[in-house]
Amino acid sequence: MKLKSQALTNSDSFRSNRQAHLALLATARDAAELSAAGGGQKAMDRHVSRGKMPPRERVANLLDPGSPFLEIGATAAHGMYDGAAPGAGMIAGIGRVHGQDVMVVANDATVKGGTYYPMTVKKHLRAQEIAEQCHLPCVYLVDSGGANLPNQDEVFPDRDHFGRIFYNQANMSAKGIAQIAVVMGSSTAGGAYVPAMSDVSIIVRNQGTIFLAGPPLVKAATGEVVSAEDLGGGDVHTRLSGVADYLAEDDAHALALARRAIANLNRKLPSTVDWQSPEAPLYDPEEILGVVPADLRTPYDIREVIARTVDGSRFDEFKARFGETLVTGFAHIEGCPVGIIANNGVIFSEAAQKGAHFIELCSMRNIPLVFLQNVTGFMVGRKYENEGIARHGAKMVTAVATTNVPKITMLVGGSFGAGNYGMSGRAYSPRFLWTWPNSRISVMGGEQAAGVLATVKRDGIERSGGSWSAEEEAEFKRPTIEMFDHQSHPLYASARLWDDGIIDPRKSRDVLSLSLHASLNAPIQPTRFGIFRM
Amino acid sequence: MFSKILIANRGEIACRVIDSCRRMGVATVAVYSDADRGARHVAMADQAVHLGGPAPSDSYLRGDAIIEAAKKTGAQAIHPGYGFLSENPDFVDAVEAAGLVFIGPSAKAIRAMGLKDAAKALMEDAGVPVVPGYHGANQDPAYLADQASRIGYPVLIKAVAGGGGKGMRRVDDPKDFADALASAQSEAKNAFGNEAVLIEKYVLQPRHIEVQVFGDGHRAVYLFERDCSLQRRHQKVIEEAPAPGMTDEIRKVMGAAAVRAAEAIGYKGAGTIEFIVDGANGLRADGFWFMEMNTRLQVEHPVTEAITGVDLVEWQLRVASGEPLPARQEDLHINGHAFEARLYAEDVPAGFLPATGRLSHLKFPDGARIETGVRQGDTISPWYDPMIAKVVTHGPTRAIALRGLEAALVDTEVAGSVTNLDFLIALTRHEGFRKGEVDTGLIGRDLDSLISSSEAESATRALAVIGLAGLANPEARGGATLWQPLRRAIAWDGGEAVLEVLGPGAARVTLDGGTHDIRWQGDRWWVDDALRRNRIVTHDTGVSVFGGRTVHLTPLDPLARDISAAGGDALTRSPMPGLVKSVHVEAGQQVKIGDRLAVLEAMKMEHSLTAARDGVVAEVLAKAGDQVEAGAPLIRLEEEEA
Repeated sequence: MKLKSQALTNSDSFRSNRQAHLALLATARDAAELSAAGGGQKAMDRHVSRGKMPPRERVANLLDPGSPFLEIGATAAHGMYDGAAPGAGMIAGIGRVHGQDVMVVANDATVKGGTYYPMTVKKHLRAQEIAEQCHLPCVYLVDSGGANLPNQDEVFPDRDHFGRIFYNQANMSAKGIAQIAVVMGSSTAGGAYVPAMSDVSIIVRNQGTIFLAGPPLVKAATGEVVSAEDLGGGDVHTRLSGVADYLAEDDAHALALARRAIANLNRKLPSTVDWQSPEAPLYDPEEILGVVPADLRTPYDIREVIARTVDGSRFDEFKARFGETLVTGFAHIEGCPVGIIANNGVIFSEAAQKGAHFIELCSMRNIPLVFLQNVTGFMVGRKYENEGIARHGAKMVTAVATTNVPKITMLVGGSFGAGNYGMSGRAYSPRFLWTWPNSRISVMGGEQAAGVLATVKRDGIERSGGSWSAEEEAEFKRPTIEMFDHQSHPLYASARLWDDGIIDPRKSRDVLSLSLHASLNAPIQPTRFGIFRM
Repeated sequence: MFSKILIANRGEIACRVIDSCRRMGVATVAVYSDADRGARHVAMADQAVHLGGPAPSDSYLRGDAIIEAAKKTGAQAIHPGYGFLSENPDFVDAVEAAGLVFIGPSAKAIRAMGLKDAAKALMEDAGVPVVPGYHGANQDPAYLADQASRIGYPVLIKAVAGGGGKGMRRVDDPKDFADALASAQSEAKNAFGNEAVLIEKYVLQPRHIEVQVFGDGHRAVYLFERDCSLQRRHQKVIEEAPAPGMTDEIRKVMGAAAVRAAEAIGYKGAGTIEFIVDGANGLRADGFWFMEMNTRLQVEHPVTEAITGVDLVEWQLRVASGEPLPARQEDLHINGHAFEARLYAEDVPAGFLPATGRLSHLKFPDGARIETGVRQGDTISPWYDPMIAKVVTHGPTRAIALRGLEAALVDTEVAGSVTNLDFLIALTRHEGFRKGEVDTGLIGRDLDSLISSSEAESATRALAVIGLAGLANPEARGGATLWQPLRRAIAWDGGEAVLEVLGPGAARVTLDGGTHDIRWQGDRWWVDDALRRNRIVTHDTGVSVFGGRTVHLTPLDPLARDISAAGGDALTRSPMPGLVKSVHVEAGQQVKIGDRLAVLEAMKMEHSLTAARDGVVAEVLAKAGDQVEAGAPLIRLEEEEA
């Protein structure tokens, strides 16, 4: 069934929506460019003057020419640490090497010597999590001074801190997920374990160093005076210590060696889904900016987005007449079969039941799920509570939580409250979670939150016989509204890695396709659902 | 008609002869040297006989072996092609003595034309104009002035013992003759100790025009002329028929002279009478002179075939098998115009140096006649003429035929060796040539511009970079990124570019200090918003871009540095503790990668330590009998220059 768009591409609303989206997009783009610039021109010049390749060029030269690059956490740490760590000092993402998907994690030494801020650790671990879930070989382009010492309390001790990196390496290695390190600069202290824990490690002569303690610390500890190269340079580690396996002449050579290592992995993709020939949508994805209202509160038909995302704009809608606020159906994205679950308003009991039913179908058929999230939550009120909306919502949440088919979530609008859970929010471990620049995420809307707090306050005041003017109430509510506004912004969210990145809505199809392709590197395990509250 | 013939040649002409034989139902026997075992002409023939080593003297010039091969295979006649034994009268005698037919003129006719001076005299007797001159002993100035007047001005005074332009004077006016003679004589005397001079007609703007003749031993006809004036160092580059500016009247005069020449020696088969023609003020009936006769089928015969519709090889076979001339003069007509370009494996900017190589990619256009002896994957060896193909086009007018030649060359694709393809294309675009203003000096005069215009512009190189990146294939054009495109280096043997893939079928290439936007749209490449005819071809020796300007880029193996990395820098170390058994090099010695430097005895085994790279031994750090530790430096090579 081909979707038929109702959009009027020459209307004023189309144009004004587009303008608004382009403005939001520009903000996101500026943030992404700030991250990509790393530690700035001076630091970059110093980096390059040492014969090193700029970090992003290292990634590019590792990948096949023309490889896509699905960057993870591109604007991580944006606005955090007083702006000291653009991109959290790290580039991570999925690209292709000899046609195979790999996860690349590259330190950006132009940002505070590539040291690990808390968000750096989180980004590294997130990349590893994706790699582990998707069975992607990992290539670590190491150029880091290790933990960022002023932040050691948020970097070192906890479960999801620095040590987890090596725990993950060991456990991925155990699962046959290749771990390859290329030491292109410092790999100091704890960082020394990245190459040491890798299956294969490569080091650049006169540039890469691996040691538990650098020359200054050695001198302080034992009085021994030794150069960095003699202590832990490429020659030492490939000839004497065996910490590294291949000696490279420079960055380009090292990356070529890493490419060869990937070529020799003897990997074969598991058989998962029945790929079809890809087909462009009938409607131009460019139009997404015009068909989606700029104001989150304006309802619109999510099928307008689906029509601009799926192959041939073909959509086999399931249960179209039941629980209409949730749109479910089958489609293909770049040839990959998908089950799409998309919001068309608040979730009612019927919609929740339909969602659970549809997830069961896809799980039984090994069809990956795509969630297009624009949800204010589950319906509230006596009628709905009494008919058991929590029970029906629980069914949907159970299905989302326990299905084993890959889930890809995209925030195309609001992500509020329990709707976030039912629609595979971060806590539900979708393989990827992407967000549009117009999206908002918070436990509820700022107005509602402020309203709840104000109601409680007013009750208290009025119980004790006091009175509270409307002005006073508005003044009380303002900071809450402002805080919610600030914290629900996608840049705020993405900086904290609540998602995998902000994307250009026009690239949704590309991003979904690459996410699906990456996800399908891992076999799809059979699903065993939890108890559905009937 | 013969039922089987042997072709005593190789390459395109052997293939050409086989083509006609096949059409006529005549079986063919090819001969081949060691270098040509897998050659196209061998594959095309019905039978093939091995002759010997690759050198022509061991193979294609071995008349006895060729005659033996013909007898063994039951061939009744031998077609000599051109070159090799085609104008060797002794070979003709031997062929006939063996009871076989030589497809060509008699030994007598070949001999008659073989000696240039005798041939000229013979032609003079037959009433064919020869270049006038005085080569006699009488050096009396007044007599020489008379001779000059007889020859007709302008004339050239040349020292008999001359060379290098010394003692040479061009005289345009009789009143200047005496002074010029005196100065030439004195210069000749000073330079060579011999003041004797000769006097020749000076041809102002010489053109090389030749007339195709065909005889049956009694009568002869002419198949009009070819203009072969586009030459470099006496090597023809592009030939055409008919000659630009030729009139029917002059054609008839020249044709009649050529027929007289052929009939004078009882010529049988295909032959060519070469004339030098004064092209200074248009062609004139009294402005052409006999140079020599080629007693064989010429390389450029296809242009004659194109305008006459005659298959000259077919005629050769028919006449050799005893048929009379297949056509009368009045049956022969010129239809349109034809060009032939000779595509060579040669380095034009380096001075037309012959080149060799394996043709990793070879594709010819439809719509042109292609005469070739090679296929994709074949090798142009150093043993023979490095011709790859002749590209022949025909059209109703000269302009159309020339445009056709240009288009055919633009659509021709050769990789694996440098070629003169771009030079040929530049020639087809040469303004003077387009106008038909040809003379033998054209290429020499305009060589620089012909070569520089064939140099690749950076936009074409940018397309080659797309090929090197593996993005020439439509399936491969991806490159989606969330925000900014990735910047990647693409290196080749001799350069490096930066590639940014902007999206499906779109990329930006920075090289040579400039940036080019490239996109694939409507099944064509666009560079900087301009549609290009270029094709990007990936083959096993790299990437080539064709279409007017040819660019080849050979990828660099980024891992080629492995060996030096594995062997450490310049130092060869002992891989384990052991006894140095022997050292095989000394300081200053040049070593090649893999050369044995020393032998180490350890764990009851002898280990050869070899050079990790080419270089010069800087220092020997151990001697035989030394007990060394693992990692001990043994031999140090001099640092490589960066």
